[in-house]
Amino acid sequence: MKKSIAVKIWRYAIIFVVASYLLTPLAAMLDFSTKSFSLLSPGRSLDSWRAIATQPDLTLAITRSLITAAIVMTVILFLIVPTAIWVHLKLPILRRPFELLCLLPLAIPAIVIVVGIAPLYRWISINLTESPITLAGVYSMLILPYTYRSLSAALDAVDIHTLAEAARTLGATIPRVIFGIIMPTIRTGIINGSFIAIALVLGEFTISNILNYKTFQVVISQIGLSNGSVAVAVSLASLIFVLALLLIIPNKKRQGAVLDVDIA
Amino acid sequence: MTQLQYKGTGSANGGTGSRYWRSKTAYLGVLPFLILSGVFLIYPTYNVITGAFQDGKGAYDTTTFLEVYHSPIARHAFSNSLIISLQTAIFGSIIGGLFAWALVTGKPGGLFYRISVALSSVLAQFGGIMLTFAFLATFGFKGLVSTFVAHFAPHSFIAESTWLYSRTGLAVLYTFFQIPLMVLVFLPTLENLKPQWREASDALGGKAYEYWLRVGIPILTPSFAGAALLLFVNSLSAYATAATLINMRDFVTPLEIAGALNSEVGGANPAEAKSLSVFMVIVVVIAMGLYALLRRRVSKWEQRR
Repeated sequence: MKKSIAVKIWRYAIIFVVASYLLTPLAAMLDFSTKSFSLLSPGRSLDSWRAIATQPDLTLAITRSLITAAIVMTVILFLIVPTAIWVHLKLPILRRPFELLCLLPLAIPAIVIVVGIAPLYRWISINLTESPITLAGVYSMLILPYTYRSLSAALDAVDIHTLAEAARTLGATIPRVIFGIIMPTIRTGIINGSFIAIALVLGEFTISNILNYKTFQVVISQIGLSNGSVAVAVSLASLIFVLALLLIIPNKKRQGAVLDVDIA
Repeated sequence: MTQLQYKGTGSANGGTGSRYWRSKTAYLGVLPFLILSGVFLIYPTYNVITGAFQDGKGAYDTTTFLEVYHSPIARHAFSNSLIISLQTAIFGSIIGGLFAWALVTGKPGGLFYRISVALSSVLAQFGGIMLTFAFLATFGFKGLVSTFVAHFAPHSFIAESTWLYSRTGLAVLYTFFQIPLMVLVFLPTLENLKPQWREASDALGGKAYEYWLRVGIPILTPSFAGAALLLFVNSLSAYATAATLINMRDFVTPLEIAGALNSEVGGANPAEAKSLSVFMVIVVVIAMGLYALLRRRVSKWEQRR
């Protein structure tokens, strides 16, 4: 596709404005965390970055958050996505209720869900186990609106009915239709949704703080009380870490798009 | 209705497919999801909504609810919340939408595209204490930008940095996660604009602005408005950022809810918190109703294609 000069100018102008708004605060964090606050040795120092490794609780909290994120990812891939496909394919009558259910977490602020879930949480941690599973359960509800939004956009764009019927005609089993045929087709949507999910779990503060579960964010804010510089360094490090994690995840999105055009 | 459309457009081989898809056992497929959402979503919601209309002993009672409705503090917090949400939804959706367009016009699947999408998913959830740190380091006392500006215009509002703790400041912070969120939710829609439409418009002699005015914008409007409503609701229920930036209990409604729940301050009042959240839920239900209407239009149009 050829591009006109006007398009290019617009494109770079928009990218420049947005990038400077989004990246300046991150640069400021780098600036703040490398500033030296002692009068004896002005200038730059990496002391607060070195201090990250010596923070107690931090490794434990990161492990906890990552385990929670892994559970949430499993719930997305093996429960939410198949259910969304199932509703689209077989139960079009349930599409509206399903959509409302998925958007409900937006309507209920996280802080309110905490109040509602507190009795149940207490019961589970006393009678069953104090594991990240309860937290992962709440989180997998919180991510629903975002996952649903990108999933439904992807499902609307591809004619999955024809795909599913073709696959069935050729003898594919239902799990194969869902996991082998449709899910690869809407891969972009799934990946987008999962990206948001990982970021949400690692960035969530309200619920884990109130339920007194020491996740990553809770520990960061505890560090922030005693040493702002180190907390900023940890925040920035975590941001870069999640970013790197998301970039490593393979993303072959072109395949799906080609298929999409072929069907239409 | 959807069923009819599906039979008209989807089923290429007539009857054999349709009979298969309509079995009653299909409803069992949604059961696991229903159980999970029942435990972690419906039950807490039910808990909260019924709690708003109960007194301490669990009997039906509207005293707290009406008290909250008439309270000037609650009204002020609510209007603050609404204004911030409206501002950030408008700015976030326009800027984020434009950025998504800039991404789509670039090389798809290229490095810049991938970094932008990954960065967007991180920053869309970049709220709370980390976001507050970032903006204090930028615009706060001796921050990166405020120091820089103070060199040239020592008396401008950016150099002063008190604006950060106001409604405008909070809106600027919220926009920081609204733009990436918009990019994420709007990108799939933009990617589904078929290049053939542009080619058709070009072949018929349409100019670029004519394509956008007559084809692009009409097609994108429902999705765009839907995404903007999503941003509105997202900002309405944001809590952690406001809590870490602003030290005022009743500045926005989520803070007020948290304040009413927090027993450390003394006078914890769960019924007040629940009543306040019912009002938020009402606003969101209206917004979501609009969103559902828009989605229906989008889906109809997608089916017809």
